[in-house]
Amino acid sequence: MLTILFDGIAYGMLLFVLACGLAVTLGLMNFVNLAHGAFAMAGGYVTVVLVNRLGVPFLAALPLAFLASFVLGALMERTLYVHVYAKSHLEQVLFTIGLVFMSVAAVDYVMGSQQQFVGLPAALQGRYDVLGVGIGKYRLLIIVICGALTAALQLILVGTRFGTRLRAAVDDRRVARGLGINVDAVFAVTFAVGSGLAGLGGALGAEILGLDPIFPLKFLIYFLIVVTVGGTSSITGPFLASLLLGIADVAGKYYVPKLGAFVIYTIMIAVLIWRPQGLFGRVTAR
Amino acid sequence: MPDLLSIEGLRAGYGEAVVLANVSLTIAEGSAIALLGRNGMGKTTLIDSVIGVTRRFGGTIRLAGRDITPLRPDRRAHAGIGWVPQERNIFRSLTVEENLTAVARPGAWTVPRIYQLFPRLAERRRNLGDRFSGGEQQMLAIGRALVLNPKILLLDEPLEGLAPILVEELLGALRRVFREGVSAIIVEQNARKVLDATDRAAIMERGAIVHEGPSRALAADRQLLETHLGVAGKSQGRRAPLP
Amino acid sequence: MTLAAQVARQLAARARWRPLEIVFWLAALASIFLLPSRHLILTEIAILGLFALSLDLILGYAGILSLGHAAFFGLGAYAAGLLAKYGLVGEPVLALFAAGLGAAALGFVTSFLLLRGSDLTRLMVTLGIALILREIANRYDWLTGGADGLQGIVIGPVLGAFAFDIAGHVAYVYSLSVLFLAFLAARRLMNSPFGLSLRAIKGNSLRASAIGIGVDARLVAIYTIAAGYAGIAGALLTQTTQFASLDVFSFERSADVLLVLILGGTGYLYGGLIGAVVFKLVQDALIDVTAQYWQFWIGLVLVLIVLGGERVKRLAAAAGGRIARLVGRRPKLDAKAP
Repeated sequence: MLTILFDGIAYGMLLFVLACGLAVTLGLMNFVNLAHGAFAMAGGYVTVVLVNRLGVPFLAALPLAFLASFVLGALMERTLYVHVYAKSHLEQVLFTIGLVFMSVAAVDYVMGSQQQFVGLPAALQGRYDVLGVGIGKYRLLIIVICGALTAALQLILVGTRFGTRLRAAVDDRRVARGLGINVDAVFAVTFAVGSGLAGLGGALGAEILGLDPIFPLKFLIYFLIVVTVGGTSSITGPFLASLLLGIADVAGKYYVPKLGAFVIYTIMIAVLIWRPQGLFGRVTAR
Repeated sequence: MPDLLSIEGLRAGYGEAVVLANVSLTIAEGSAIALLGRNGMGKTTLIDSVIGVTRRFGGTIRLAGRDITPLRPDRRAHAGIGWVPQERNIFRSLTVEENLTAVARPGAWTVPRIYQLFPRLAERRRNLGDRFSGGEQQMLAIGRALVLNPKILLLDEPLEGLAPILVEELLGALRRVFREGVSAIIVEQNARKVLDATDRAAIMERGAIVHEGPSRALAADRQLLETHLGVAGKSQGRRAPLP
Repeated sequence: MTLAAQVARQLAARARWRPLEIVFWLAALASIFLLPSRHLILTEIAILGLFALSLDLILGYAGILSLGHAAFFGLGAYAAGLLAKYGLVGEPVLALFAAGLGAAALGFVTSFLLLRGSDLTRLMVTLGIALILREIANRYDWLTGGADGLQGIVIGPVLGAFAFDIAGHVAYVYSLSVLFLAFLAARRLMNSPFGLSLRAIKGNSLRASAIGIGVDARLVAIYTIAAGYAGIAGALLTQTTQFASLDVFSFERSADVLLVLILGGTGYLYGGLIGAVVFKLVQDALIDVTAQYWQFWIGLVLVLIVLGGERVKRLAAAAGGRIARLVGRRPKLDAKAP
């Protein structure tokens, strides 16, 4: 029972690191980036190649995965995404679905369609037994890393001038611009960091979530649930939503495997109907 | 005195709609001008065009001799434009202090000086801006524009919807600001409120400037006020705030 | 002239058949006789065209952004399959109606979930509904065959007279007839006052409700109708292939149909049909070259459409303006640009 809770928390924190970038891009630019999962997938595959083929130690590959997705995100944002912000939601959806399809086919072409596994070091395998609760070592690592990242994000958001400007821009893009905040630059940085975090999440999650070319499609709905249930006005909302989703998903699969993902989708729709701005979003009349 | 802001032949609007037909207006350095006119005559569009959030069809805007028309809004703010938007638009998830520090630029107007100007803000510096009364939001919006250390303040109906005692308090603060040499445009529908706080006044009608002259002369000219602004001296029907 | 008479005349003018439309349908009719060896792919085109037409009704006419339109397609597909497999309805046309009604019922119920909320909410809800249906079809494998798909479907002869043949001739004539009848109905509906009021809603729903248009009721109605159309398209697929798999609910199917519609253009009914022709022909050509990576090219087309959209739109508008000047008429709003 506690093991399930533990696994659920690890899963949830992983989802948060994967999805938090999406929450910010959506909140800041009202931009629907369905291709967010592609950056996560990129991080996962970079790790696979580094660890399995080039023999880079797993823990050293993680920052490289972040970096790879960060650079990829920054490049894509500057060259392609900038042209799409001002367009309608329909066009944003078409554009990002197009990117997803391209990434899926491209990865399939280069790496093959089979599921990939990352060679974890022996030290990260197995589990501790604490008072009868099985604690997977690898999941513990995930919780530690993701927890530290979450704390760091919160600190940046609240404690730095960049964070203040970012929140100001999310609150009111037009006025923030008119008062001298370079919203485009803030957004570009946020987008790249969000992509990098997704890449790190993809690297960490390859073992738990499974990594294959359709990763961006398979987890799209999870990311969207985190964002819509959590709201986009802070990162606490998506964080709580991720934890809830992680625990509910793990527990659901354990206790009522017959229902599968049915429960989660139903809850998502119920939440959207009940509180369209998200469970933890602030009620704002914009 | 040299020209600080000069608008020449400005044509601007939103989308396909041209709201400003052909606006020319010059503001001298150190001068505060009242921009008067009935509802829907293009006053806010003119302010928004100087900020850079409308669509420009023609004309130029110069600030201290420099053409700012090609600049993005954030660059214009850096060039010396301090905007107090019509709906105040306080950043709701930021505290009072963060509202100020997020946009502050080096110069004479620092955050402590804003607190001197508006002691109420100092008391509530850790509070979120969205719990504030209209008057307090307005003070914060003015403070926020001042810490940009602008050459000119653009105040879009700063007195709207405020109780008379608050109007006096704000006008007092603005006079102090003007005395320090900050120029300003104050948009207002009710001429009486602002004519003795400004030294010049312009009247807009259907997207054009129809009168420009000293405030004192306009205040004495009942006929002019009557023609362009309706019943002179009486307060007009207020515009309903947007939802 | 009274206002009512004016409106009636305008509606009649809109409803008049243009020469190009007649040519289009004559060409479709001719394809039956001229291209007998291509009937299999033509059937696919007709089905996809009907599916895209149904999406056009909600996206092009009501402005509802859906990422889960496959929900109704899939429901229709499985309904037709189950009805045939368990011998409940042996005659295909009746089964088609039943499947369409089933999908329409689901559309009616779920439409209420779409009345409020932003584009993103709608997108999520539609996506979620398709996923839920797929999950259901997957779980109840004793009924649906689960991941293996619904097998052993035997479809009776159409109207009790025309049995499906292996070369797909009957299937094509049947699919094309269904498409044509469905198109006629949609065309009539969209040129009625109801269709006009939908356009008003899409333009500005607040203003539409201010001038007395019941926005909610109309959105529910069009969504229900569109769901029924998608269900019929799904049922056609099952009937002509004698097979249904979980794939009918997939996200890719919802995304593909969106692309098809965008390719052809929204809001003038023919967009889905033209898009289907282009999509299937290109797919057919490309699949020989890169069968497995076909999706890459779909993606590229989507990206290019969006990035190049402005330019295309501007060109189209410029060309339209020039032609309009030549003809001496006011340019119409360009309905084709995505």
